[in-house]
Amino acid sequence: MTEPILRCEGVSKHFGAVQALYKVDFEVASGEVMALVGDNGAGKSTLIKGIAGIYPFDEGQILFDGSRVRIHSPRDTAALGIEIVYQDLALADNLDVVANMFLGRERVANGVVLDEASMESSARETLDSLAVTTLRSVRQTVAGLSGGQRQSVAVAKAVMWNSKVVILDEPTAALGVAQTRQVLDLVRRLADRGLAVVIISHNLHDIFEVADRITVLRLGQRVAVFRREETTQQEVVHAITAGTLNVVPGMQKDEGYA
Amino acid sequence: MSTDEKTSPDTLPAYEHFAVEKNPSTVSEYMQAWWVKVRAGDLGSLPIIVGLIVIAAIFGSLNETFFTSRNFTNLLLQMAGWATIAIGIVFVLLIAEIDLSVAYNSAVGAVVMTLLLRPGDPGWPWPLALGVGLLVTTLVGLVMALIITKAGVPSFVVTLAFLLALSGVVLILTTLFTTAGTILIQDRVIKGIANSFLDATVFGIFGFWGWALGIGMVAGYGGSELMRYRSRKSSGLPTKPLSVIALQVGAGAVVILAAVYVANLDRGVPTVMLIVLALVAFWTFVATKTRFGRHVYAVGGNPEAARRAGIDVDRVRIAVFMICGLMAGFGGVILASRLSSVATNSGGGNLLLNVIAAAVIGGTSLFGGSGRVVSALLGALVIASVENGMGLLGLASGTKFVITGMVLLAAVLVDALSKRGRAAAGIR
Ligand SMILES: Nc1ncnc2c1ncn2[C@@H]1O[C@H](COP(=O)(O)OP(=O)(O)OP(=O)(O)O)[C@@H](O)[C@H]1O
Ligand SMILES: [Mg+2]
Repeated sequence: MTEPILRCEGVSKHFGAVQALYKVDFEVASGEVMALVGDNGAGKSTLIKGIAGIYPFDEGQILFDGSRVRIHSPRDTAALGIEIVYQDLALADNLDVVANMFLGRERVANGVVLDEASMESSARETLDSLAVTTLRSVRQTVAGLSGGQRQSVAVAKAVMWNSKVVILDEPTAALGVAQTRQVLDLVRRLADRGLAVVIISHNLHDIFEVADRITVLRLGQRVAVFRREETTQQEVVHAITAGTLNVVPGMQKDEGYA
Repeated sequence: MSTDEKTSPDTLPAYEHFAVEKNPSTVSEYMQAWWVKVRAGDLGSLPIIVGLIVIAAIFGSLNETFFTSRNFTNLLLQMAGWATIAIGIVFVLLIAEIDLSVAYNSAVGAVVMTLLLRPGDPGWPWPLALGVGLLVTTLVGLVMALIITKAGVPSFVVTLAFLLALSGVVLILTTLFTTAGTILIQDRVIKGIANSFLDATVFGIFGFWGWALGIGMVAGYGGSELMRYRSRKSSGLPTKPLSVIALQVGAGAVVILAAVYVANLDRGVPTVMLIVLALVAFWTFVATKTRFGRHVYAVGGNPEAARRAGIDVDRVRIAVFMICGLMAGFGGVILASRLSSVATNSGGGNLLLNVIAAAVIGGTSLFGGSGRVVSALLGALVIASVENGMGLLGLASGTKFVITGMVLLAAVLVDALSKRGRAAAGIR
């Protein structure tokens, strides 16, 4: 295993009385697909949003390429080369596909004017290369897209930026059979291109198809990390539902609960 | 997905669906595509055009003065200040906020400027006095925005508080130096803003600069459409057919030049239209062609998506409230210029209602994320027509209020219903 490109050490996050994450370690290496699994409310999305800079972790640190980084906003994450496709997709319904794909990073010609033609060309290229879309027009507003189409746009947005790490939070949850197939193929292709890919999913079948390693969260703690070829679905399911917790919620005398 | 069925047979692989995307290429196909959008609730400028025709028909048939060139220039003078303030309201509505203080803020700007202009006391030159007036209204916008963003108080409440406070400021300032409560503007330039016309005769043509303005607008419109056409063509992207562009620019040209012609039958195009049109053009550019404009729409459409895209949402909000303050200042000066004075009741009456109504009637959604700067101009034209027509008929104040209220209600209903239609059809 190569040195991980992205590594979280002992990160915690609480929302009021809810300890969503407790001293979690997590890592992903370039060229690898790391699956992140766990029951509803296990803390998967919380971990991702912390990495994304949506909110800060309470404690712990993030290392990127071996050195400690501070992430204060989504902009910092993007600058590092980390792209995230959120479970709640975070597209602006009133904007068209191109505008959404370039949101926050619009191209301008001569310093001020939006370069619509060049953005539209790039967006089309990316969407074509992914071949996961049945869009009528890239100038259609996102409000008019189906769940699968929105997902495609969100994935395309993430891969368009030559990123080093792509994180997908339940990318296939809303998709039909064919589109799921295409997204999984895409995930594999991204890793083969040398990107680090993190994929969150409740579908173990999908995960066993694409993942190299599997991290299991339970009640905000990491309970196991498996290599795909050394484990079985039963073992993973067991970890998800009954993995050994380091700290039993409500029992520890940690300052986090003071 | 119902749209799949329409576009292509299911036998095609996914990427070919995308490749065969069909764009209307003839005028009639274009009209059909437009009609489909309208039926789905994406009305564009349609309600405003229909509204204007209805209003003109009603007042034109009830009073013969309505369709005179003198009344037309009056109408333009009447709407100028409202349109200007409404530009700021459009921006605020785009980010799904509201500014109830605009009317009194505009009056504060005008009063400050007027006080600074008072001959000999202190008798500042007009550019300086105007600059300070605009600075004050912009700062009011800044302060409100800071409270709204940093303390997380809804803009409705904050701007309501400022509405009250600023009406007090207007009262205090106007009664500070005079007991009458009315302060005359004596500066010729400021008075001239809304009381002069492009009436010079050059090369033997009356209203030469009015014609130049009209032709310049048509050229600007046609030029920008052509530039867009060329840049898309050279990038190999689908384009609007040239015949459609020609038709649209042609229609625009007829309307604009007819307006200049009619105005020139009377005193000429009001000078203030030069300012209003320049402001509309500038802010349209900002809203549609710059990153900032794109971010304004994104914040209105989905603030969380904007935040995750790395947009500083609070900064956009603050900038928008400052724009609204600035435009309130400009509008206040135009309104004061028209009366050549400010008074204790400046900024009061129907002003707030009229400018918000103008933005909404022009087609800017109250729900955020949808609307155009030019809707300020179109909406102000409607409001001014109604007000003007009712004035000609000599209606009582009570009747006027009721009718104006009904017009606003109609506009809001059109917005809400078309939003529902759009949601059902899945368009913005
Ligand atoms: N913004 C928030 N405010 C309060 N509590 C939150 C917030 N976000 C998450 N939580 C809580 O934190 C815990 C972890 O939530 P999280 O969304 O990370 O779960 P998840 O593993 O992504 O679940 P799912 O599989 O359902 O997506 C849950 O108990 C949730 O209720
Ligand atoms: Mg989740």
